[in-house]
Amino acid sequence: MGQTEFEPWNDPQAKPLIQFRGVTKRFGDFTAIDNQSFDIFEQEFFALLGPSGCGKTTMMRMLAGFETPTEGTILLGGQDIAPIPPNRRAVNMMFQSYALFPHLTVWENIAFGLKRDRLDKESIKARVAEMLKLTRLEQFASRKPHQISGGQRQRVALARSLAKAPKLLLLDEPLGALDAKLRQDTQFELMDIQEKTGTTFVIVTHDQEEAMTVASRVAVMDHGRIVQADTPARIYEQPNSVYVADFIGEVTIIDGTATPEGDGYEITHAEGLPPLFVKTDKSFARGQACHLAIRPEKVAISAEKPDGRRNMLRGRILDIAYLGNISTYLVELPNGKIVKAQTANTRRLANRPFTWEDEVWLSWSDTAAVLLEG
Amino acid sequence: MRRMTWFNATSLTLGFAFLYLPMVILIVYSFNASKLVTVWAGFSTRWYATLLQNEAFLDAAWVTLRVAVISSTIATILGTMAAYVLVRAGRFAGRTLFSGMIYAPLVMPEVITGLSLLLLFIGIGLDRGVLTIVLAHTTFSMCYVSVVVSSRLVSFDRSLEEAALDLGCSPAEAFRLVTLPIIAPAVISGWLLAFTLSLDDLVIASFTAGPSSTTLPIKIWSSIRLGVSPEINALSTILIGIVSAGVITASLITKRASLRQQADEQAAQRT
Repeated sequence: MGQTEFEPWNDPQAKPLIQFRGVTKRFGDFTAIDNQSFDIFEQEFFALLGPSGCGKTTMMRMLAGFETPTEGTILLGGQDIAPIPPNRRAVNMMFQSYALFPHLTVWENIAFGLKRDRLDKESIKARVAEMLKLTRLEQFASRKPHQISGGQRQRVALARSLAKAPKLLLLDEPLGALDAKLRQDTQFELMDIQEKTGTTFVIVTHDQEEAMTVASRVAVMDHGRIVQADTPARIYEQPNSVYVADFIGEVTIIDGTATPEGDGYEITHAEGLPPLFVKTDKSFARGQACHLAIRPEKVAISAEKPDGRRNMLRGRILDIAYLGNISTYLVELPNGKIVKAQTANTRRLANRPFTWEDEVWLSWSDTAAVLLEG
Repeated sequence: MRRMTWFNATSLTLGFAFLYLPMVILIVYSFNASKLVTVWAGFSTRWYATLLQNEAFLDAAWVTLRVAVISSTIATILGTMAAYVLVRAGRFAGRTLFSGMIYAPLVMPEVITGLSLLLLFIGIGLDRGVLTIVLAHTTFSMCYVSVVVSSRLVSFDRSLEEAALDLGCSPAEAFRLVTLPIIAPAVISGWLLAFTLSLDDLVIASFTAGPSSTTLPIKIWSSIRLGVSPEINALSTILIGIVSAGVITASLITKRASLRQQADEQAAQRT
């Protein structure tokens, strides 16, 4: 390794840029944000991830100043931002629809915010040129927004919101309107620009892959609450709830009861089937209901009974989803439960060892699964 | 494209004849050399020449023009404000009532509008003159402006204004620098509509005009009662010209803005 990880949230000395303190937002009877407290640190790329209606956009609009919290306070650099109107906040936003001014050229769009600051002409020119270069838009400076393509519009919106060098940049579904290929390129471009400018980014998205790719931390939201906020790796490998495990990536959830056994627990999950074993630091009472979450790529699939594994199940292949680089097998256990297993297609398809209706063995290591409370 | 059948062609001809034949006759006879309105005696522009020496007509034209410019300008400002509030203010108690009341003058018989304004002016002791006509015309043309402007505002992306605020505009600056330039074609159309409505209004003007402030339509109407003169034909032709120019300009502005937008968007998709 050698390189120190960027993890200010684990450093008690680090001063957060944004602090939510018991923030609640209600619209009439509907609670959009439910008593949330969390910190975002400088230079972080923080993703708010969740299904539509989970409150992630409301969270962002409160930061921008278009909504005010019903209860609680939001601090930016230690200062309560509630009394500051949107036009006086050191926060800029990139809108989902891009909201480019159709009557102004690309150049004028980017210069718009700078002109409001009453900067002199030369500094405006220099700053706009810098932004155009950063977003590779130099040759489109004199075009109007409807004379450029969707991807270019996205970059204009980004350049415009970055031009004033905000402390915090908010991005509302920034890549939602782009097609899949362009979106992937743009994700890396966003990360690159975030690194170059050192600006703190907060991104709102419903696309888990996008959040995982770009963010330093991902906050998974549900019904106005942040269920888990952690690095993409920990969100994926150590989800703290069935909701997070299920929302991020593919997973098989096996319901059962826990019995302490050595440095982990034995999980009884179905009558007539051998119990499963999982190593964990968490503590469960004897007989407590629990969920075992196992990612498909951690499940090995074989024709022969594997040796030396405590977690082994026999089943029948119900379906195969061929995705090119990988295949997902849906394997039905004798009790009807379906477990997903994934293998990389390192060999040609014709050499595939299994097919529909084959009897196979599924197995995984003691640490592969995650034990979650019921 | 489908070929036109004889039936369609006939309906089209008859329809347009029905609409425009009276005006064509009027325009043709305004170039008649004869003093008798119904007898053609060769081409001449003499009635336009005498018209220019008719002080009464020129005075009336001047009054009409002033009233039209002032009232349509005030109506545009008030109508745009009304439209903005009704589209933007969201829900508030009595919103439906307010929007209904803005549009009510569209269907209100002009006689009633004129009469009620007359009663108001007498009630508050305001002498009838240019001012009262301006007020009256502002009142009834404001709702036309607000209809035109609000139909544009409904399709206006709210986040454009939020973006302006976000980039450091005060709400007033956001309106001036972003909203207004974008809805400008609708505002201009609204102004032209109000202008032409004011220009040719007879009923409301005759209720609210004073002895010293006769508008052109009133003048024409009163002189026709003494018999139709070719001068009136010439004057009406000029009025038709001004009104058509206004309406055509208004629709061209709207049409061109949307056409250019479409063409540019198609061009952008190809690149």
